Amino acid sequence: MAGKVEAPVLGGKIEIPKVQYGASKDQRVIPAKPDLMQKLNFPSERPPDWRERFLEKMAEVIKKYRSVRLFLDICVRCGACTDKCHFFIGTGDPRNMPVYRQEMMRSVYRRYFTTGGKLFRKLAGAEDLTEQMLEQWATYYYQCSGCRRCSVFCPYGIDTAEITYAAREIMDSIGIGSKYTLEIINKAETIGNNLGLTEPALRNTLDFVEEEIKENTGADVKLPLNVEGADILLVTPSADFFATPHIESLTGYAKVFHQAGVSWTLSSYASEAANFGLFVGNYAHMKAINKRIWDMARQLKVKRVIIGECGHAWRVLYSFSNTLNGPFDFLDSRYKVPQHICEFTLDLAKKRAFKFDKSANDNFTVTFHDSCNVARGSRMGDTPGDQFTMPRELINLTCNKFFDMPEGTIKEKTFCCGAGGGLLTDELIDLRLKAAVTRMQAYKDVKEKHNVNFLALICAICKAQFTKILPYYKYDMEEVGGVHQLISNAIVLGAKEGV
Amino acid sequence: MDTLSIVFNLLAYAAASIFIGGLLYRIVQYFNTPSPLKIPGTPAPKTSIGVVFRLLPEILFFRTLLRGGVAEKILWVGGWFFHVSLFFILFRHVRFVTYPVPGFVMAVQQIGLAAAHLFPFALLILIVRRFLNDRMAVISLFQDYFVLFLLLGIGLTGIILKYFLRTNLVDVKAFMLGLVTLSPAPVPHSPVFLIHVILAAILVIYFPFSKLLHAWGVLMSPTRAQTDNPREVRHVAPWAK
Ligand code: SF4
Ligand code: SF4
Ligand code: SF4
Repeated sequence: MAGKVEAPVLGGKIEIPKVQYGASKDQRVIPAKPDLMQKLNFPSERPPDWRERFLEKMAEVIKKYRSVRLFLDICVRCGACTDKCHFFIGTGDPRNMPVYRQEMMRSVYRRYFTTGGKLFRKLAGAEDLTEQMLEQWATYYYQCSGCRRCSVFCPYGIDTAEITYAAREIMDSIGIGSKYTLEIINKAETIGNNLGLTEPALRNTLDFVEEEIKENTGADVKLPLNVEGADILLVTPSADFFATPHIESLTGYAKVFHQAGVSWTLSSYASEAANFGLFVGNYAHMKAINKRIWDMARQLKVKRVIIGECGHAWRVLYSFSNTLNGPFDFLDSRYKVPQHICEFTLDLAKKRAFKFDKSANDNFTVTFHDSCNVARGSRMGDTPGDQFTMPRELINLTCNKFFDMPEGTIKEKTFCCGAGGGLLTDELIDLRLKAAVTRMQAYKDVKEKHNVNFLALICAICKAQFTKILPYYKYDMEEVGGVHQLISNAIVLGAKEGV
Repeated sequence: MDTLSIVFNLLAYAAASIFIGGLLYRIVQYFNTPSPLKIPGTPAPKTSIGVVFRLLPEILFFRTLLRGGVAEKILWVGGWFFHVSLFFILFRHVRFVTYPVPGFVMAVQQIGLAAAHLFPFALLILIVRRFLNDRMAVISLFQDYFVLFLLLGIGLTGIILKYFLRTNLVDVKAFMLGLVTLSPAPVPHSPVFLIHVILAAILVIYFPFSKLLHAWGVLMSPTRAQTDNPREVRHVAPWAK
């Protein structure tokens, strides 16, 4: 894309655009280099017989995943999903309509896997697996953040994310991968976190956070690393150690643990909650990354595992972990395995373990962005839907002013930040700006109605995305932060009530 | 029996076998395809009973469509009335294959007749809405119109048979009863009736190999039919051990 990247102008209302063919066809991820592909057990480049291999892999995926097979078969093209994806709303490119994104795979499926498609070809909606088709796959299956919003509105719950991730897995198997996503997977599997932070670097940041807390509050709050025999292993997205505003939430977790009086530790080996294996639909990589956490939990002999603020990480840990690397019979069964940091904090807050000074957050008028992987792919607490109420309860315990964004843009119907699912990479900045337009419109709405100036959330990718794009929309990047950042501001250290 | 009758009897049996065989094949195929991971669309029920209560309103009232905007509401009206009238029309047809006709089938004859009138209008909504916006135009395929017009053809020939070119119902019943009792009888030589039967046979044959499988879909869809209890119960599919 030549020229300057600019954010769309906000009208304050979400408008459904006219269809514009090819509007975002130039937004493509940078391909992974051969050596990286090889490191992750994929072919280093596209083999001459790529078509056969592609179709073999596709057959395998269809056989292994009921979701993929069923979704390919049963879509009736009713159109209910067509205007529900933020990538379509942002770009107008028809390939970003969920059903039309699926059609790329479905048309190949018809051509090679169904009798009707083999016989009647185009008339039956079947398409050959050509270079152009492959190019479309490589483009538009990387313009989906796997947010599952389309699934909410589909009468059969067809989840385009399942198709997207399967498509990426098929492309990886013929040597076509995304540099950004695969590099991260490689770092997570070899070093232990997405940022490639080593143990000394990690210890350094933790010391820094300890000093900051000491300076600001006078309290000796510790951030322990690799402590055997601690009660709790905390696993957070590694951005929490490094990036702003993420580190403010890390400060929040530390203060909460300190104040709760529990023994806890971080691990350098399992220093990453995020799991990009999900984004490429690869079971083996997802399992390998996830395994580090449970191996460490065993090795450090902890009783509980608690997960920091991260959307898809929570989905993998909540929904898939038990399948991937369970059963976790070596942990204390009185607690949820694993437990979300919001579950931990709210539980104790309700038992009056903490004292909050809400006025510390009085310069903020807060709204909450439901991160889609938490909202639509997991749960917190005991009741379905607690993933919506619990973070809001925490905000209300620590802030005086809270307002929700308009219905239809929050909770189950929340809009993605626009950079999840492996799209948080610089080459896609134009796409990310456009995909964020739905969230930005909703944010603008509460800004105008209630003077909101803080977008709270519980996802590391969302935090990074919003920090990056808010300035393009002429908002201050400091308007975004974690729920535990607000808790960190309000929690009164030393003063203890109850428990 | 004349040749025509033999042909139509064979057609009916062929269609029925392909329909039943095809559906069974599909159902077995879906059952044998595992769901390796827990992927319910949350908030989701925690128990199987809860799942039943999640699916019932979907099946009976197409609840999801009511969550959408205007386009989905139009679709709801067309889709819901189409399916409900199809149901009653089929029910009304039971009188052709039972003897004596059970009381409850007699009881719905009038509703069935009303449904037959509604049927083409519901289909018309479903056809017209495919032209309502540019997004629908992009995604609609030949096969989408094919089924709609096929159904419309079946509905209209049915209405013609009822009001305009009436066939001898005794003959129709003899033919149909013959089919289900495996004692083939001659087919009525009414062109409209024959077209009605041919179209219905095409639909039935096409069913297991097409998007019409969506009838099963919602029951099997992991995003809607799975329970949300991954922390409590370990879910493992055979290949993923
Ligand atoms: S809402 Fe579902 S069935 Fe309708 S077009 Fe989209 S994916 Fe297909
Ligand atoms: S999963 Fe999200 S990003 Fe992907 S097609 Fe559906 S709505 Fe769009
Ligand atoms: S980054 Fe946040 S909003 Fe975006 S996909 Fe992930 S969870 Fe959803």
